[in-house]
Amino acid sequence: MIPSMKIKLYHPPREIILKGPKQVAVLLRELNLAKEAHLVICGEELVTEDRVILDDQVVEIRPVISGGGG
Amino acid sequence: MKCRQCQQSAVIKMERHNTSLCRGCFNLYVHDQVERAITEEKMFDRAESVLVAVSGGKDSLALWDVLIKLGYRTAGLHLNLGINDYSQISQEKVEAFAESRGTELIVHAYQEAYGLGVIEIAEETARPACSACGTMKRYHFNRIAMERGFPVVATGHNLDDEASRLLGNVLQWQEEYLEKQSPVLSDEGGTWARKVKPLFRLAEREAAAYAVLNRIDYIVDECPMSKGAKMLVYKDVLNRLEETSPGTKHRFYLGFLKRPRALPSGPKELHLHPCQSCGQPTPGEVCGFCRLMQRVAR
Repeated sequence: MIPSMKIKLYHPPREIILKGPKQVAVLLRELNLAKEAHLVICGEELVTEDRVILDDQVVEIRPVISGGGG
Repeated sequence: MKCRQCQQSAVIKMERHNTSLCRGCFNLYVHDQVERAITEEKMFDRAESVLVAVSGGKDSLALWDVLIKLGYRTAGLHLNLGINDYSQISQEKVEAFAESRGTELIVHAYQEAYGLGVIEIAEETARPACSACGTMKRYHFNRIAMERGFPVVATGHNLDDEASRLLGNVLQWQEEYLEKQSPVLSDEGGTWARKVKPLFRLAEREAAAYAVLNRIDYIVDECPMSKGAKMLVYKDVLNRLEETSPGTKHRFYLGFLKRPRALPSGPKELHLHPCQSCGQPTPGEVCGFCRLMQRVAR
């Protein structure tokens, strides 16, 4: 079995599998996600962009932007 | 990455402040920014009761949490918009938060009150959903605050909300909206409840980080009616600018607040009368909410 990290994404909700290790900043860039518009949560921990995500880790990339035009 | 204050492991990097903070120092930063907003803008004091409008999203629940921790007198107001599962889940999040903090929560459900949710009301009146929703929210925030004796209504609008609204108003030269855009809207001598936005100094990402770090269980899903909303486009544009030039949103909105904003024609005087239908103050004969509901009835 090939080691891999599981990434949880939103809009639409889905999970993707990527080969690790990978730095958070690189992960966001490769997925074309703006740093200012997302939080990266590894396990239950909020992580900064220099953190390296390892194979077998589960990561949630949570969007932070909301709002209509009321 | 280390915390700039205490050298512990950082949990967030904030490019606009060129700093990184650990959980403890970040919480202090958030509390300080909210307290500063409340004090500098003279929003309210600890003797006043504040009605916090809570949707179940990150901003309003983070705001309520901060105000409780800072020792302010608060109660929550949740409007159940009647948007299927989304509204059901939102209400459950708010109720769980209120119960865990032992705080008062007022819930007002459109479906129970009017037999219709916001989607049906928007459809019946051919109004964009966000526009109808905004009219209804402003009306209920004010009416329920006045009926229950709350002089202040606090909403979870953050820096991104205000900067994107400002961008939209500038792009369309909405001069009257520009004149009124502010973190505090006056109570007009007690005619309205005062409207305040204590999170206006915090970026949306910071409000979300605060919610995650403090284990606040909020609804992550976007409101299904907001798809394609212009505000989301403006936020995206500003965040792209922010990535190349950190601090853009802060300089744009806080710079705007420092500038004089009177219209060349002078401030527009607001003559308020009781709405002929519901008695709430309005500049016209019938308030926006009652006009909306009259169209639904037709």
